[in-house]
Amino acid sequence: MKRLSPYLWLAIFASVPLWLQDPYLLNAFITTGILIIAAMSLNLLLGYTGQLSLGHVAFVGIGAYASALVSLGFDVELIGGIRIVHEPWPVWSGFLIGTLLAALCGYAVGKLSFKVRGAYFVIVTISFAEVTRLVALNWVELTQGPLALTSIPPMTLGLPGIGYLDFYSKQSNYYLVLAVLVVAYVIIQRLVRSRIGRAMIALKENESLAVSVGIDVTRYLVLAAIFAAGIAGAAGSLYAHYLKIIDPDVFAFLYTVTMVIMVISGGKGTLAGPIVGGLIFGFLPVVVRSFAAPEVQWILYGLLMIVIVFVLPKGIVPALEKWLSTTKMPPSAEPYKAKMHDTP
Amino acid sequence: MSTTDIEAPQPVLSVEQIAVHFGGLVAIADMSFVVNQGEVVSLIGPNGAGKTTAFNVITGFLRPTKGEVRYRGASLSNLKPHEVTSLGLARTFQRTSVFQSVTVFENVMIGLHRRGRSNLLDTLLALPRERKSEAELRQLAYELLEIVGIARRADELAGSLSYGDQRLLGVALALATDPSMLLLDEPVSGMNATETARFMELLNKLHRRGMSILLVEHDVPMVMGVSDRIVVLNYGRIIAEGTPAAIRGNPEVIRAYLGEGASRHASH
Repeated sequence: MKRLSPYLWLAIFASVPLWLQDPYLLNAFITTGILIIAAMSLNLLLGYTGQLSLGHVAFVGIGAYASALVSLGFDVELIGGIRIVHEPWPVWSGFLIGTLLAALCGYAVGKLSFKVRGAYFVIVTISFAEVTRLVALNWVELTQGPLALTSIPPMTLGLPGIGYLDFYSKQSNYYLVLAVLVVAYVIIQRLVRSRIGRAMIALKENESLAVSVGIDVTRYLVLAAIFAAGIAGAAGSLYAHYLKIIDPDVFAFLYTVTMVIMVISGGKGTLAGPIVGGLIFGFLPVVVRSFAAPEVQWILYGLLMIVIVFVLPKGIVPALEKWLSTTKMPPSAEPYKAKMHDTP
Repeated sequence: MSTTDIEAPQPVLSVEQIAVHFGGLVAIADMSFVVNQGEVVSLIGPNGAGKTTAFNVITGFLRPTKGEVRYRGASLSNLKPHEVTSLGLARTFQRTSVFQSVTVFENVMIGLHRRGRSNLLDTLLALPRERKSEAELRQLAYELLEIVGIARRADELAGSLSYGDQRLLGVALALATDPSMLLLDEPVSGMNATETARFMELLNKLHRRGMSILLVEHDVPMVMGVSDRIVVLNYGRIIAEGTPAAIRGNPEVIRAYLGEGASRHASH
């Protein structure tokens, strides 16, 4: 049953565009899905290595801008009169380059902060996000600054011999986001359930002890940062090609806070946590908007967050798991023996 | 006692003229000693004598001001702690010695990190090597829990174990790195008599398997019982070195440490 449930959930989510015709709600699903991908990537750092990145939105923004610029083309003059002209490339290559560039930035941030942990890591990431926001705002020649990059083409996939697959409609974008989400989920799941994931958890739990059993903690922190940033960059690329317009506001601190809230309320360090928290905090504004003013929305948002943190300090998913395990399954005598023959 | 070998003892660990200064404070003035293959050596001394500092220097957690530590001929001077571990030198800690919020079994799986043979690509693509490696690790983890005698606690959270069991798990974690030498930092402090006895049994078992062990300990009767040789530290200096019998009779040791220590033990 428990092994089946991810597929069951996937089937339910895959069926959404079939019965949901309202474009407004479908739009909410797509943007929430993109935020969930970003939140999942943040969870890899926050939930597994225990490092709080409060600049995580920078990787989303880098992915968004890189992907948009690769597919739009640009013409910039650097200091010293070097001129770079880039002709538009296919959108899928923008997605790849955006993802890889974000991952590369994740590597740099991970390396830069290899000696700093805790509060210092938080400060490094906030500064990084602020610097990227200022670049997007002030390098007008490349990014159009506050005027925003417009007419970003929708995602297209070249299928050799068959033609092109365009993601114009909301339905097709929904499936695109769902597909990327599933890939990101599988990558994160495989990472955290392997010895790599155990090394990350060891770093979070007790760094000296982790080192003493021979774990190169820096290496695994950097690895987590690379994957977290790359997946966030992919989310940014999806965002740019779905909305078709991006401005420096994609680097807003508010988005990082939203992601952190999604991860913590859902349950950090669990695979399903960011999805559950993401659905709640992604759809809450949609639901509340129908009967309350925007100011009231934010108050309700904050109140719900406080309630969740007080009532379920570990998050919704761990609380549910605990409740299920105490009500349904009696503790078995030697389950670890079963684990030994378990091939996931 | 140790071995009946005719050949000269082989030093595995040699501490050569180590000095550690914290600003103006001299934690270790000048320390040299060796641990031979398969030997149990204890480092004893009053509080603040520099025992844990010596420990941290040997395992790479602390850089000495002067001197060098060699393990099986290789210098440990510029190695990071995780690199020292990969040479076969594993340590336990005085206090926090387990990963509290994961299960006992998962703890040992973490400890087996270096024994895994799958790489990033195997993991991401879920290749057969990943599954094979994981299955091997699970088998090893189970065996290690059997060795230290806490297999029945495998699925409990490490933080919920009794103090003595946490210490045993700490040893399992160190053993998981496949060491040829163990460094134990006050392993029986805070244990009751039964737990200490169990721990000594485990130490003897490891000793019989040929493991070299360096022990830092307060518990004098325990040290006398398990050690081949004892090194006595006081104020960052070695004041005596020898077999338990020789140490017991050494007037300087009695004056500096044992007399005072024995009276303190009696008052408890």
